[in-house]
Amino acid sequence: MLRSSQPLTGPNRKRCREDEMLLGMVLDEGERGFIIDTRSAQAAKQARMTGGGTEPKSSYPQWRRLHRPLERGRPLQESFIKLVEACNDTSINMDRWLSRLESCRWLNHVKAALSTACLAAQCMDREEASVLVHGTEGTDTTLLVTALAQVILDPSCRTLTGFQGLLEREWIEAGHPFHLRCAHSAYSHARLKQEAPLFLLFLDCVWQLSRQFPFSLEFSERLLLTLFDNAYASAYGTFLCNNEKERCLCKVKENTHSLWAWLSQPGEKKKYLNPLYSHNALVIWPSVEPQSIQLWQGLFLRWIRSSQYLDEAWAEIQRLAEGS
Amino acid sequence: VENVRLLDRLSSRKAALGTLYLTATHVIFVENGSETRKETWVLHSQISSIEKQATTATGCPLLIRCKNFQIMQLVIPQERDCHDVYISLIRLTRPVKYEELYCFSFNPKLDKEEREQGWKLVNLNDEYNRMGIPNNYWQISDVNRDYGVCDSYPTEVYVPKSATAHIIVGSSKFRSRRRFPALSYYCKDNNASICRSSQPLSGFSARCLEDEQMLQAIRKANPGSDFIYVVDTRPKLNAMANRAAGKGYENEDNYSNIKFQFIGIENIHVMRNSLQKMLEVCELKSPSMSDFLWGLENSGWLKHIKAIMDAGIFIAKAVAEEGVSVLVHCSDGWDRTAQVCSVASLLLDPYYRTMKGFMVLIEKDWVSFGHKFNHRYGNLDGDPKEISPVIDQFIECVWQLMEQFPCAFEFNERFLIHIQHHIYSCQFGNFLCNSQKERRELKIQERTYSLWAHLWKNRADYLNPLYRSDHSQTQGTLRPQMAPCNFLYKFWSGMYNRFEKGLHPRQSVTDYLMAVKEETQQLEEELEVLRERLVNLQKSQLTDNKVKSKQQDQSKQLGLSTSNNSLANTPQEYSNDLKSFPSRSPSQGDEEDSALILTQDNLKSSDPDLSANSDQESGVEDLSCRSPSGGGCLPSEDSGKDSDEALFLA
Repeated sequence: MLRSSQPLTGPNRKRCREDEMLLGMVLDEGERGFIIDTRSAQAAKQARMTGGGTEPKSSYPQWRRLHRPLERGRPLQESFIKLVEACNDTSINMDRWLSRLESCRWLNHVKAALSTACLAAQCMDREEASVLVHGTEGTDTTLLVTALAQVILDPSCRTLTGFQGLLEREWIEAGHPFHLRCAHSAYSHARLKQEAPLFLLFLDCVWQLSRQFPFSLEFSERLLLTLFDNAYASAYGTFLCNNEKERCLCKVKENTHSLWAWLSQPGEKKKYLNPLYSHNALVIWPSVEPQSIQLWQGLFLRWIRSSQYLDEAWAEIQRLAEGS
Repeated sequence: VENVRLLDRLSSRKAALGTLYLTATHVIFVENGSETRKETWVLHSQISSIEKQATTATGCPLLIRCKNFQIMQLVIPQERDCHDVYISLIRLTRPVKYEELYCFSFNPKLDKEEREQGWKLVNLNDEYNRMGIPNNYWQISDVNRDYGVCDSYPTEVYVPKSATAHIIVGSSKFRSRRRFPALSYYCKDNNASICRSSQPLSGFSARCLEDEQMLQAIRKANPGSDFIYVVDTRPKLNAMANRAAGKGYENEDNYSNIKFQFIGIENIHVMRNSLQKMLEVCELKSPSMSDFLWGLENSGWLKHIKAIMDAGIFIAKAVAEEGVSVLVHCSDGWDRTAQVCSVASLLLDPYYRTMKGFMVLIEKDWVSFGHKFNHRYGNLDGDPKEISPVIDQFIECVWQLMEQFPCAFEFNERFLIHIQHHIYSCQFGNFLCNSQKERRELKIQERTYSLWAHLWKNRADYLNPLYRSDHSQTQGTLRPQMAPCNFLYKFWSGMYNRFEKGLHPRQSVTDYLMAVKEETQQLEEELEVLRERLVNLQKSQLTDNKVKSKQQDQSKQLGLSTSNNSLANTPQEYSNDLKSFPSRSPSQGDEEDSALILTQDNLKSSDPDLSANSDQESGVEDLSCRSPSGGGCLPSEDSGKDSDEALFLA
């Protein structure tokens, strides 16, 4: 699986031999690959007007392009804000709650993200084909897809350390602009600039996976909540800045502590482990039917409803699983 | 009929080829498999509708919808055969006499004694005793011993001490269907009670002294409060409309010391339509998130569930927190009243959250109080307007509570699903007819078997591993959050998509934890034994220093595999439109590619090993209760227990 940003085809259908060669080298003779473009076909076409575009078939004959539009940017942040508002709204009647939930479209985004990641995984696991994922800049929906696909495909990404490694690779080092994206969360009244909850969407998708495969992830929901918290506000430098270059310039490694270091302390670590975990060597294929995708109550209702009974249940599960 | 295809609803490419059989009691589809010979059994009683669809090139489609939400999509090659099957099924699924029902031929090979014992498992007399009755305030009355006062009530009713036979009879004449106020639940801690009845025949201004005395008697039976609540579970408009027909509701001016309240649960027709709409959403092919949420809201189903729950919460609060007795009624007092009383009882009393207690609850508030099982669930062919998912809604309320309070119930989701299943299956005699009187006339207990005994025998399958009787969640009253809480109501895909394997994970937390629990228990027992032995050894060899002790390692890893990872799952169709996957040639136009649907040929099989059948009892009847899940008499489910599990903690 590869990731990139969009090719700069432009209105004049420019070609780039090096780019074609690079992609050509990935595939063997007669093999084919898939390009998953996270923009709609129309949006991708329009991108040409501003210098961007798509890989033309003729120049990349072994690659088949699939468009799977995923929401990003302002609309995604608004979806997030709307959802949080809806959850906080005590005045909604039951007979309007679901349409309100629908109007936020957050669950639609979860479904779309999971479906696209599954598609990428299917290409690799079933078709045994290579996959190139890109959107516009390759820093948002691209990373969502590649990271999620790896959780689906690779059991080692489902361990605690493996997952941390995945986050380091596919989100932090890959240059997801955390500083811009997580400048403000859902309650802020500030004027939105470049905020967008892609990372939260990723965590939500991972949570959906943990719900559908309760034995297959080594970490618990608590880890996901902690990651969410730290992406927006943290005592650690892990999610600072927008890319490696900025982190170097700011000397993040010299001046801050790493979240991973703290999480991996034995006393801390055990809080984030899933008591039901058992290594599952298979690919985990989630159901993306609407019935299978649920509102992540642990996050969105975290401060609204008591989690006492569910916490008690988890404590009981822990107790049983430890055979005490 | 041979060469019939059974289609998979979610994956339109998956079809099994096999033979279709029609017997006196079942529809059976046997797959022409090599090893598995998978069988799908459906009881006629379960079938709610049969739809013959337009003939296509591949054959004549026949869609069978079941009351337990199973859907069989068959394709029969010859039109003639299809028509024959259709006509036969129409007749078979509309029995005219009770004797046609499966429970009269079902034979689990128990002797008469065992059959009787099975029926004695749940005893309502014992239950009222457990509540603390009879006592100074409540007594048993035999005024209805020959069903002379009310033929839909049981022979034994519990009434306030000060309610004489004269008062009861008088009150019954003033109540719809003569269903006078009677005790449903008594809280011995504070003497508050839940009573139930039907609507008074008050019209616009009629009064009845005895009925007013009856309510006073209920109030007096609770010295801790000087008033009672009267809860009418209907919407106000409906209740008012009833007044024009000479019925209606209690006027606070006429009945001293009552506080009257409407709760607003819709009637059986609205509920029937609501379920219908929800099932239509479930039948959508590849719905979007929006389609689903809109469709679900449109059906109003969860709104109704919440309304029933809210009513139960109100009543439980009145009893537990205010110590005030409540009289509940709707129109006839056998639908909404039953739902609301049983939800309230469940919230109030932890006993009803045990397996045995739940059986008792259903027996008390539904069976004995004359809920019209035959009319509502169509045992026999009858008026379609009487059909309504009343008890289904109650069962769902219980599930919603289980999701909110995972440690509070002794039983698990599978228990609820199987009960719902058997209410429609007519395999056991508990839920036949419309009243205790009818069941006794038919001699149900002598001619059929009790579901409770069957479930009890298999209770290990139905336990909730998180339940502990000493847990804080299991003590006392359950207090669900009332508001804001719309989001707490989830769509129950374990019930309404029960047979759609693709939707459910194969990893069952419940089963795993139960297995862990059992093994832990065994190990602890072994440890005890060894400890004792050690003590004895040490005693007998005090002077001998060569005593070796072998102790179990307490923290030994349980060698359990977490269910069947190999069954895990197969990828679904992760695309919106269902155009088939284009050919493998890489040269295509520069257009957006059509949906990627990969062939399922070389996918890992998701079907479990079906050779492990349930207890083989013998005879033809026995085959009918075979199920792969080893749970005894259940209809076919395509996979093992695993697919039935949906116990997820949020």
